[in-house]
Amino acid sequence: MTHFKTAAAAIALMAALAAPLSAQAHRQWILPSSTVLSGTDAWIGIDGGISNQVFVADHNAMRFDNVKVTAPDGSTVAPENLMQGKYRSTFDVHLTQPGTYKIANASSGVMATWSLNGTPGRWRGQAADLAANVPAGATDVVSAPFASRIETFATLGEPTTTVFQPTGVGIELVPVTHPTDVVAGEAATFQLIRDNNPLADAEVTIARGGIRYRDNPEEMTVKTDAEGKFTVTWPEAGMYWINTAWRAGGPAPEGMGRGGPPVASASYVAVFEVLP
Amino acid sequence: MKLLPLALTTATLATGLVATSASAADLSVSVELPRINSASYHRPYVAIWIERQDQTAVRTLAVWYQQTRNNEGDGKDWLKDIRTWWRKGGRAMTMPADGISGATRAPGRQTVTMPGARLSGLPAGQYNIVVEAARELGGRESVRVPFRWGAANTGSARGATELGAVSVTVTR
Repeated sequence: MTHFKTAAAAIALMAALAAPLSAQAHRQWILPSSTVLSGTDAWIGIDGGISNQVFVADHNAMRFDNVKVTAPDGSTVAPENLMQGKYRSTFDVHLTQPGTYKIANASSGVMATWSLNGTPGRWRGQAADLAANVPAGATDVVSAPFASRIETFATLGEPTTTVFQPTGVGIELVPVTHPTDVVAGEAATFQLIRDNNPLADAEVTIARGGIRYRDNPEEMTVKTDAEGKFTVTWPEAGMYWINTAWRAGGPAPEGMGRGGPPVASASYVAVFEVLP
Repeated sequence: MKLLPLALTTATLATGLVATSASAADLSVSVELPRINSASYHRPYVAIWIERQDQTAVRTLAVWYQQTRNNEGDGKDWLKDIRTWWRKGGRAMTMPADGISGATRAPGRQTVTMPGARLSGLPAGQYNIVVEAARELGGRESVRVPFRWGAANTGSARGATELGAVSVTVTR
């Protein structure tokens, strides 16, 4: 985690963190060049950006400092040819094992605010470092955990499920249908969990890429059931962006959620390639 | 992908992929690969398999793909482009597969025969033969032909782009 040199940078980042919970948010996305591969080894490229229209690189590049690629055997694979551009960041993954790989950009920690002699202060970092970073004499100290996860999957040969072992932190996906085995016209079901518990009654946004080339965004919204499961029938082939966010006490009212004491929150994005 | 002559190994001969006549076999599939007038014609990757009526795969009869590695990669890198077959069972197979896999075939009529002895585990009933073709710098098409296993019968269907006439003959 980088430390912020200025309060302004910290505040800008706080706003960015709150953003996924507001309706006009820019969307964070990663885009794999392939998700279904054959042969003894294969390469895929991953693009990452933050923009209004998913997969359209026209606003900000995604930072891949925290990116982690997990191989089918559970080992970590180093991203290759990492590059941060103006509007997108990119790297390559060399798939050398049969099975399913996970490419995840996840971060978690705590946010804290306080008052020190009438001056507000704030800090973001790992829970273990919280005490050391709140100044002596601070009052009204409020801290809350956050967790964000953006991920996609690619399979060489037969799909495997080892990479879906939950970490227990934030929102994660448990496959009922395998994410690299999704086909247009067929129903697919997934379970969402938060801190290892079903994420019930959550609103899931599903957006298909290629929005620039059609008039209607054709976005879908589905709700998870009591088990945290949701089902979607893909209307057509393409790259799909799946997003949900959770906030303690429910979502902030429109226009709220910037400033004020932090509340616990978690967000999740997955990108699936739906084949014809 | 590039063109290669089909090298007949003793294995393919022994397993009846290339039979001397259809009457010696119990299941025979004839596939017409159309002659496509393209400056950059590549022979298609083709998979032929038996599926149940609910479209679950039972068995792959033939897969034709580039058997070598060239400067673009290994032939197996593009097996995924036979995408329905890949998903329904191809990805679970090890290639090359004796008596099943072989080099890409030239345009014209190609025949695959399977002796009944090799299908002894198949319960009598109604099935489909599926033929799927995917061509580099070209399209993809699949054709289904219903047939009955357990009695003599024939069936046929026709593709529109990447496949021509497909016929299935069962002799018992």
